[in-house]
Amino acid sequence: MNSRIQDRFNSLRAEGRKAFIPYIMFGDPDTGTTESLILMLEDCGADVIELGVPFTDPLADGPTIQMAAERALAQGVTLKGIIRAVASIREKTDIPIVLMTYYNPVYKYGDVRFVRDAANAGVDGVIIPDLPPDEAHEFISEARGRNLDTIFLLAPTSTEERIRLVARASRGFVYYVSMTGITGSKLKMDDSIKRLIGKIKAVSDKPVCVGFGVSTPDQAKAMAAVADGVIIGSAIVKTINTAPSKLEKFLLGLRKAI
Amino acid sequence: MKKGYFGNYGGRFVPETLIPALQELDQAFRDASHDAGFKEELRLLQQTYIGRPTPLYFASRLTERLKGAKVYLKREDLCHTGAHKLNNALGQAMLAKVMGKKRIIAETGAGQHGVATATGASITGLECDIYMGTEDMRRQALNVFRMKLLGARVIEVNKGSKTLKDAINESLRDWTTNVTDTHYVLGTVFGPHPFPTIVKYFQSVIGREARKQIIKAENRLPDYLIACVGGGSNAMGLFNAFLKDKVGMVGVEAGGEGIRSGKHAARFAGGSVGVFQGCKSYLLQDRDGNVLSTHSVSAGLDYASVGPEHAFLHDSKRVRYTYATDKEALRAFELLPEVEGIIPALESAHAIAEAVKLAPGLSKKDIIIVNLSGRGDKDVQHVARIKGTEI
Ligand SMILES: Cc1ncc(COP(=O)(O)O)c(C=O)c1O
Repeated sequence: MNSRIQDRFNSLRAEGRKAFIPYIMFGDPDTGTTESLILMLEDCGADVIELGVPFTDPLADGPTIQMAAERALAQGVTLKGIIRAVASIREKTDIPIVLMTYYNPVYKYGDVRFVRDAANAGVDGVIIPDLPPDEAHEFISEARGRNLDTIFLLAPTSTEERIRLVARASRGFVYYVSMTGITGSKLKMDDSIKRLIGKIKAVSDKPVCVGFGVSTPDQAKAMAAVADGVIIGSAIVKTINTAPSKLEKFLLGLRKAI
Repeated sequence: MKKGYFGNYGGRFVPETLIPALQELDQAFRDASHDAGFKEELRLLQQTYIGRPTPLYFASRLTERLKGAKVYLKREDLCHTGAHKLNNALGQAMLAKVMGKKRIIAETGAGQHGVATATGASITGLECDIYMGTEDMRRQALNVFRMKLLGARVIEVNKGSKTLKDAINESLRDWTTNVTDTHYVLGTVFGPHPFPTIVKYFQSVIGREARKQIIKAENRLPDYLIACVGGGSNAMGLFNAFLKDKVGMVGVEAGGEGIRSGKHAARFAGGSVGVFQGCKSYLLQDRDGNVLSTHSVSAGLDYASVGPEHAFLHDSKRVRYTYATDKEALRAFELLPEVEGIIPALESAHAIAEAVKLAPGLSKKDIIIVNLSGRGDKDVQHVARIKGTEI
């Protein structure tokens, strides 16, 4: 059975379009707004929504998402609460939802229990930046059993061997990290991104989406030209917190560019 | 056993960007540890620069005072820069050089590992940046100045608890960003594979020496080893050479203001298994898997997790883990200079505090070796402040 994410990419491919994947932190700026933000993202043309799970020590994130996590934690947001919230949001929308979480909250929840509860709630996929496939054998087999997509990451430093391994372990899409760096860093637009995506495509027909550092419609457009989708996080989180009235226009601009 | 694991603990839980660097490091380390040239260069620097072998000192007045087992001190405080940390930092700086890196970075809590890394950078000619929490910069101001003198840049980390774990987060973020030309000199037997193995390798010289020295002095092995456990590198360094022998071992964590207060860094007494900063081990965490803030009077022990091999030695009961409170450590910090003329680091004072508890109950024929991991000069100002004197 296909997941919602796979269905979405299949129809995008058929239409010759690229995926717009916004990221928001659950509970930032407060828990009350997350549901309406998700619906707004969908209205503005998002194809997949990446929901951040706050963690005390987000080592792959830059200051913008670090601070968003701190705000969310201060609201008492937990992984358990997020799964419950997704179940209730599922009554209003069918948009594919991916959780982006560090591994320890999942480990503490219990791999098996987490996969079961998340899948039952209507979560479609998970991205765990500090869980490479080498450490995820059991997690992957649990997730396969529940049709929860495991999205793993590749980076500019990835060797051929890693590309093969990560592409094979990924389901839904492969997440290509645009740079050696953390979220919110400055994007370097050079040929290397295109070249690496080419290498991934050479060994896998799964969709490849680019994230990290994409913050403007121009950059999003350039990324959409070489990938199957574009993930935008810090720039959206920043807009939500500093210029909420400009959010809708910003999202529509990104959608148009992709 | 699974590669990179000690029983159930260890592994390599890091972002994909770093995996190739860890593989490269693993290979470089394995090559170096089989390379006669590398080993000879290391041996020579250990001898002529660090000042090894460090003495094993029979603390006769402390022994008299405790009225029990004979207490020996392994004098890592006499290493160049004042702690065992240079054993590892120098070795890793040499590895970085071999790998062709031009810059090394490190986290530091007490500042000792930062000073050691800055020193390693200085004699290998590498650039050096040190991450340190602002709270630790306050309590270890002397070491901040030393690092700067040694030519390192000290980058303050004003996030989270502003201590060691936050400095490690920032180091990992820097490494992720600059991985092609930078090596991350992790300061303890922690983090993703192969760090726990590499750091143990460079620190094991402590136990190898101590074994020879005690046999020379007493014609037999000791009954107990005691070491403080932050991440666990000085403890692993001492214990490793004795693991196959009938020698009791005690690891001493920071009990802070007591386990019930919640203000401590006793991972075995108060934590549970988790995955943090690259590996699976015991972790102080809440029900939802978020990491708790820790407390210790000693910056070097003030950390939420512990090296994975210690987790393994804990579960297999090969090593007994206990803790000393701030109060007990401060008492030991004053006792040792009074009876032996040695000011211990606050970290090492936790190990002394355990000797004070253990020795009186043992026979006069029993032998304890305490790892005196560092000297206390760096802590004098902090302790004076606690006692109400500004210096
Ligand atoms: C003197 C001294 N001892 C012990 C430690 C704790 O580290 P580890 O447990 O790795 O030996 C430190 C750390 O800063 C230290 O400076």
